[in-house]
Amino acid sequence: MKMLINVPDSVVADALRGMAAAHPELVVDVENRVVVRRDAPVEGKVGLVSGGGSGHEPLHGGFVGAGMLDAACPGEVFTSPVPDQMVRAAAAVDSGAGVLFVVKNYTGDVLNFRMAAELAEDEGVQVATVVVNDDVAVTDSLHTAGRRGTGATLFVEKIAGAAAAEGAPLDRVAGLARQVVESARSFGVALSSCTTPAKGGPMFDLPAGELELGVGIHGEPGRERRAMMTAGEIADYAVDAVLADLRPRQPVLLLVNGMGGTPLLELYGFSAEVHRVLGERGVPVARTLVGNYVTSLDMAGCSVTLCQVDEELLRLWDAPVRTPALRWGC
Amino acid sequence: MAEAAASVDREAARLTELDSAIGDADHGSNLQRGFAAVVKTLEAEPPGTPGAVLTTAGRQLISTVGGASGPLYGTLLRRTGKELGDADGVTVGELRAALRAGVDAVAQLGGSAPGDATMLDALDPAVEALATSFRAAAEAAGQGAEATVPLQARKGRASYLGERSIGHQDPGATSSALLFTALAAVADEGEAA
Repeated sequence: MKMLINVPDSVVADALRGMAAAHPELVVDVENRVVVRRDAPVEGKVGLVSGGGSGHEPLHGGFVGAGMLDAACPGEVFTSPVPDQMVRAAAAVDSGAGVLFVVKNYTGDVLNFRMAAELAEDEGVQVATVVVNDDVAVTDSLHTAGRRGTGATLFVEKIAGAAAAEGAPLDRVAGLARQVVESARSFGVALSSCTTPAKGGPMFDLPAGELELGVGIHGEPGRERRAMMTAGEIADYAVDAVLADLRPRQPVLLLVNGMGGTPLLELYGFSAEVHRVLGERGVPVARTLVGNYVTSLDMAGCSVTLCQVDEELLRLWDAPVRTPALRWGC
Repeated sequence: MAEAAASVDREAARLTELDSAIGDADHGSNLQRGFAAVVKTLEAEPPGTPGAVLTTAGRQLISTVGGASGPLYGTLLRRTGKELGDADGVTVGELRAALRAGVDAVAQLGGSAPGDATMLDALDPAVEALATSFRAAAEAAGQGAEATVPLQARKGRASYLGERSIGHQDPGATSSALLFTALAAVADEGEAA
């Protein structure tokens, strides 16, 4: 497997150095692995901090900037960051109004952010935490780790980020973030395995003629394997899986997300099929975002995330945002 | 019981070797990174007591490992170290009581219990068997790790596999067994010396 890297050990550091060179509006601390908007802390504003394993770019570093995250903590590839990174990030973005941690529901992320919240509070930073768990491919029960956090993370970070930019207090920003979590569900599909730099080969074995339905963003298996399907058939399956869990009574935000190895030509074609299915099911789409936003290295495949929105959430979604990967209205 | 200070030091180096030998995708390399940092820190500033060695090592693991194993192993060592307090030496009985507190803290942090196919399946029987000997504890941990094979994982990333996790030995239980094997090896050396 050929990869555009130097050595596997320096992949994350090298990427951060490149990010620093490309985005002078960000302060990229390569050694401590923290990405912070240059104008942080913003006076009177709640700080938004997220993070997780690397390999999901542009999540989360690509979403740092005005109207979204104040800081991101990248971990090793597919491995949670450590509490020191989060404490550093929280201290850098706290203006006294408190900090919201946006955490995807993986055991490592949850435990490290929980420890970081305690440490940051010891240092006088008020911290609230929201855990994103939108993946309907995984059952949620008292006896499991619960649903995984995937595409809905982008909706949470954008909408909570907009509320924070408007000056909403910490409990309001956290409340909106939780509302988005409760309103959003996702389903992912893999057409190929991803390749971790350390391993240098496919992470799992997926025969050429098959696809994995319900895959996670770390290549975790999903619900089932089937012979390869058309974009239309995949859209039917994915949308129905989401709608079986989320029964929207309001218009939805739609994210058609690429896993990193699928071209936009295919993603737009797939998006057309998702629109067709949602139309057939009577679900109005308020806004659509198509692209590679929550990726899994070089995995071919896609995910569908729906988030039902009221007027307030839609207004916050439309609010200006200026980050490396998401930018509109300013 | 030999000085825990020296034992943890040697144990860390051994674990690094043992874990890289397993070659588990990132559990091995993450622990390797963490224990390498532990050895470096302990060599740079050797703590004065066994308890301090464990708390320092635990804090270092939390700061470097990431994933779930960082907080879990970090909590295990930190809590065990805190229980030992600032005594200059410890008996096997004191170590066992302290480890029990450490394992309970891991169970609380991870929200899991023996039978969930996690590191607890190795840690829990090991602490029980420590009442007999270090060797018995290591054997119990190894058997506990093997006993995760037919279990369905309920915690961590393996739980997403659901029934498909059955038939696989839990990596966390495996590395926990390695820890106790290393501890037993060092304790044997200590007795021989």
